[in-house]
Amino acid sequence: MSDSAGVKDVQAGKAPEIKGTTESELSAGDRQKIVTPEYMFFEAPRERAFITGSEAAKEAIRRSNVDVAISYPITPQSETMQQVGSLWAEGYVKEYFRGEEEIGVMSAIAGSSRAGARSMTATAGPGLMRGMEVIASWPGGRIPAVLLIMCRVVNAPLAIQPDNVELAYLLNSGLILFHGENQQDFFDYTMKAFIISERPEITLPVAVAVDGFFVTHARGYVSMPSKDIKLPPRDPYAEAVPAMDNENPPARLSRDAPIQKSNFISYQVHASWQQEVWAANERSRRYINKYMGGLIEVVNPDAEIMLIASGSAVSQSREAVRQAEEEHHTKIGLIKVRSLRPFPTPELREACKHAKRIIVPEFNYMGWLHREIVTALYGYSKAEIVPGPRVYGGMSMPTEMILQTIFPHKKFVF
Amino acid sequence: MSFKNMTITPGWEKYMTKEYVDLVERGPYGKQKKVSEMGSFKEVLEEHPMCAGCAMTLFIRLTMVGLPNPEHTILIGTAGCGRLALTQTSIPFIYGNYGDTNAVASGLKRGLEVRFKDQAKDVVVMAGDGGLADIGFSAVMHSWFRKERFTTIMLDNEVYGNTGGQESGMTERGALLKMAPKGKLFDKMDMIGLAQTSGVAYIARLTPTNPTRVASVIRKAVMIAREVGPTFIQAYTSCNIEYAIPTPKVLDDARDIESKRYGFMEIISDEAKAYLESIDTSKKAKKQE
Repeated sequence: MSDSAGVKDVQAGKAPEIKGTTESELSAGDRQKIVTPEYMFFEAPRERAFITGSEAAKEAIRRSNVDVAISYPITPQSETMQQVGSLWAEGYVKEYFRGEEEIGVMSAIAGSSRAGARSMTATAGPGLMRGMEVIASWPGGRIPAVLLIMCRVVNAPLAIQPDNVELAYLLNSGLILFHGENQQDFFDYTMKAFIISERPEITLPVAVAVDGFFVTHARGYVSMPSKDIKLPPRDPYAEAVPAMDNENPPARLSRDAPIQKSNFISYQVHASWQQEVWAANERSRRYINKYMGGLIEVVNPDAEIMLIASGSAVSQSREAVRQAEEEHHTKIGLIKVRSLRPFPTPELREACKHAKRIIVPEFNYMGWLHREIVTALYGYSKAEIVPGPRVYGGMSMPTEMILQTIFPHKKFVF
Repeated sequence: MSFKNMTITPGWEKYMTKEYVDLVERGPYGKQKKVSEMGSFKEVLEEHPMCAGCAMTLFIRLTMVGLPNPEHTILIGTAGCGRLALTQTSIPFIYGNYGDTNAVASGLKRGLEVRFKDQAKDVVVMAGDGGLADIGFSAVMHSWFRKERFTTIMLDNEVYGNTGGQESGMTERGALLKMAPKGKLFDKMDMIGLAQTSGVAYIARLTPTNPTRVASVIRKAVMIAREVGPTFIQAYTSCNIEYAIPTPKVLDDARDIESKRYGFMEIISDEAKAYLESIDTSKKAKKQE
């Protein structure tokens, strides 16, 4: 397709012309051309850069037509929201401020999103835990927003090292949750998250997680479309709930009705509301398939031993698969889980039908992905589902650790 | 809201509820109503589930009359008695998490400013003493220090009324309440002083004893928040249940407390004063035309 294909075919219309504004007064964001998500994701010519995960997030935000970004520092996230601050100073993001702490930041995101503005923030580990009361209320508030998470240790003794135990706490909150493997995923998933979050039939927050340091502070190749284009703006009038901008007819009801009375109607309202949140979460599958190539990626689908992983554990597993084939002449399968919510239950059942052994490498102690997989495959697979190998507290995972689990009778040094 | 949005499509009038038709035809939208006109127009707050004789309800009702542009106002509240009435107003109301009001309001106001360049949207927080001085304290203070442009109204009944009468930071020292079985051991928090320290542009302390004054204070606070900076109103709105005030004596109590320790007080920054004068001048000029 020609370069102009997506530019012409813009659903949300052209960049708004600002009357009485000269070219020199336009912000950098105003000068970006609005393109369709399809053009941005699949058709726009891309160039490769060697950048950190934090920089990849920044470049995604630059192209995402973000209205409001709210920051608060915490290692290893700080660099990302600092860079988003630079985007605001350059004119790519319309509004930006540093909040007082995470409860304040997550609440302010709930406010700016209700205002109808495209909103985003980022946090890590203890920051996520601090903001959790608010984050867990976003889905019920039907708040479209994007939350970037750079996983780190959350529990005592205090550490800043990578460990993704915090994602376990998000699994039952109702938000959509992706787990990126590398810098390229962080760039792509972040942009796609905005579009999926704001779909009328979804209207939910989307969290995009990566493992701290391994992705945020390390460089990797990221292919990106030009910074002269951006996604269409949010249309808050095409979502599941009204924007709280007082542009609706007056009515004596609140969008966030407190359902605190103890009567049958209040139970019923809350019950059906929860069902709808999770139904909306499931409806995102269609767009995950369309924009992200599915909830899972499968390498060597016919292998009898399958590795299943998400995040940085996927990269280590890929390398273990290569070593197993080249050095040990054994074909090992690998399933990369891109989406943790919705969880790829039917996809995993299909992909693991033939498997004899399933190995789940993880970067946390308690093994939340293993539990998810066991639940999904129960009654659908006769395979042994191996809990691990696991590293935690900041350790890296040598591929030999994975190979040792694949070949228990061989001796690997690590 | 744009009046186009609220106007009933011709031919549909008879299918709309009386309530809605009255709001459109006799509501306060687009015209500043006066307290003396109450009873002659459809109010933003009418029916509510508040206790009989509740001073807070009277104060909220007067607040709604004072709002300069109810058609472009968004209310924010948190857990507490006030929100039981606020949810019944014909103004969008956000009920978030415990103590999050001023953080939500910060994001909401900034988001609205991004989207509505040519139309002022007023954001008004109304929450209790517990919601603002205790659990929401950090968000309140930081919104003031950041000079967020919205109004914070504290419905100060000096107790956690909705949870059944526990001591709050705004309770008077010595008051015997739940969770203060020996009486409150420290002083009422000086939120007025904290508002001054953090540079709030307009601060007022009052009780509902003077209805016209309530509406006028609200109007000033919302207008100043729109153009100058954060504004704070601390209103004594007694809890007749937890403090055992006989229902017919609620306003007597308010007058008594007002004379003893809750007298009317206004603190206006120079910038806010200049702004108020500029509105008055332009109003007078319009009248002369």
